[in-house]
Amino acid sequence: MAKRIDVNDLNVYYSKFLAVEGVSINIEPKSVTAFIGPSGCGKSTFLRTLNRMHEVIPGGRVEGQVLLDGDDLYAPGVDPVTVRSQIGMVFQRPNPFPTMSIKDNVLAGVKLNGNKISRSDAEDLVEKSLRGANLWNEVKDRLDKPGSGLSGGQQQRLCIARTIAVKPDVILMDEPCSALDPISTLAIEDLINELKDDFTVVIVTHNMQQAARVSDKTAFFNIAGTGKPGKLIEFNDTTAIFSNPEQKATEDYVSGRFG
Amino acid sequence: MSATTTNARHSTGNSPVPPVRKRNSLAKGKLPKWAIWAIAAGSIIIGAAASTLTGFSIAAFAIYSAIIFLVAASVITTVVEGKRRGTNAMWTYLIYAAFIVALIPLASVLYTVLEKGLPGLNGHFLFTSMNGVTGAVDNQGVENGTPVVGGAYHAVMGTLLITLWATLISVPVGMLTAVYLVEYGQGKTLSKAITFFVDVMTGIPSIVAGLFAAAFFGMILGPSARMGIVAAVALSVLMIPTVVRSTEEMLKIVPNELREASFALGVRRWRTILKVVVPTAISGIASGVTLAIARVIGETAPILVTAGIASNINMNVFANWMSTLPTFIYYQIMNPTSPTNVDPSVQRAWAAALLLILMVMALNLIARLVASIFAPKKGR
Repeated sequence: MAKRIDVNDLNVYYSKFLAVEGVSINIEPKSVTAFIGPSGCGKSTFLRTLNRMHEVIPGGRVEGQVLLDGDDLYAPGVDPVTVRSQIGMVFQRPNPFPTMSIKDNVLAGVKLNGNKISRSDAEDLVEKSLRGANLWNEVKDRLDKPGSGLSGGQQQRLCIARTIAVKPDVILMDEPCSALDPISTLAIEDLINELKDDFTVVIVTHNMQQAARVSDKTAFFNIAGTGKPGKLIEFNDTTAIFSNPEQKATEDYVSGRFG
Repeated sequence: MSATTTNARHSTGNSPVPPVRKRNSLAKGKLPKWAIWAIAAGSIIIGAAASTLTGFSIAAFAIYSAIIFLVAASVITTVVEGKRRGTNAMWTYLIYAAFIVALIPLASVLYTVLEKGLPGLNGHFLFTSMNGVTGAVDNQGVENGTPVVGGAYHAVMGTLLITLWATLISVPVGMLTAVYLVEYGQGKTLSKAITFFVDVMTGIPSIVAGLFAAAFFGMILGPSARMGIVAAVALSVLMIPTVVRSTEEMLKIVPNELREASFALGVRRWRTILKVVVPTAISGIASGVTLAIARVIGETAPILVTAGIASNINMNVFANWMSTLPTFIYYQIMNPTSPTNVDPSVQRAWAAALLLILMVMALNLIARLVASIFAPKKGR
């Protein structure tokens, strides 16, 4: 559980368009790393390369290395499916499977892969995952109801429960709170703090207060202009990024004097 | 706070309750509710008078009344309520009129088929074939005034079997094609070619599909190869494009986020399609398939050239000729069993027509039922 990620000089392309250029970053295990930056600077694109979800988009490809505890994710012969089962992902919009109950949503990673699981193991896994996502008390009496009947914040926590149920080493979160109200956001942020004990967490956020609250380290991405590739400007401890950034661009962005 | 408000009101001498006025100034210039009915009644009276002047007929009466009502209602509304409301009234009533015009043929077809088909539709008709029913039997029946003998059991069975086989062929082919187009072939040349040919197939006249199937099986099994399965192939040529199209549309509206959610859990693409994408879209696919069945169940020409015509019960689609309800109707009308006494044949044809409509209607109801059963569950 909880592996480190090292990225060496990664270029990310959409067909011929270079979207993110020359990113090198080292993400420690059992830490929370936040990616901040203006819209369109490639933070989400970069995040998606960390579990090979980028190549799901037609034309998506990368150059460079992403090492998970030393193993290159993009080495020849690596099955993206194996990568994704070790590096889970939570998306911007809550996306529980509409055809499944709450329970089946949590078990989706197991059941969709056709793995057999005994009833008692399944119940244990559901409870453990939902407790891990701070959702158990709210849904324990309606596990067989559809997941789409929950509120947005609950749905997002259900998606987190679904992700941790497959026991990944790393959890990627792509703006997990941008569709949620402040109370649900707080619930998710508390949860991220707890997830840190077992997982490596990487979170993309537009909310700098959120980055400051939840993350140990922060990476600032920026883009020189439209059509130019996004770049990693600065990567440091969160306190350093927000109080004493080395780069002028970072300081401008975190102090709101951007552009 | 409230005390000061009250004092303020007292000091200015205003009563807390606003004075009751007879009419709301915001609602003035509005026709009372009964006015439109009065205009309708007036239009009908004038319409009746006008149509009597030009020689009374129901059609003329209805048309005159409708035109007078449209003009009167929009003019009166314009005068009383203003230009915008007048235009609104005119278009509203025009749309109602269009709706009624569209409904007339439907109601008339239903009425005619019910009126002519109901007398012949009974248990005997449903569960008897035309085996052994000859012109002599019909002639005797008419002379003696006995009920019509012979029925459409063989045709009902033929319809069900041929449609079933056509569905068995088209649904897998059509659904897999759609899955390829949406999930694997995005932007590829092959998928563009398939889309083009599916569009072309949609426009194939049904008789051409029938000739194709007859020629195809003729080539393999010899020129006299006519049986249910040949007809099923002909119908599936007509069904496949519809199934592909409807399935494709349904798969396209499955949100991409669900696919990504499944991929991110480490689920393979084919399992994602099988367990997430298709189940999410299954209600739409099921109703699309049912509508495709409803479309081909009434085909006549391709059945005639592929399965021939039969008057006996044939439950084997792999041998011998078969009848379906449309070919049964066609033959009873064009080739009455007894050329001198056509009434029994006409009665059978109408009863079969009613039966066919009921079957299509049942299919549509089943489609709705299936859609609601498979639809993602709501509930908290």
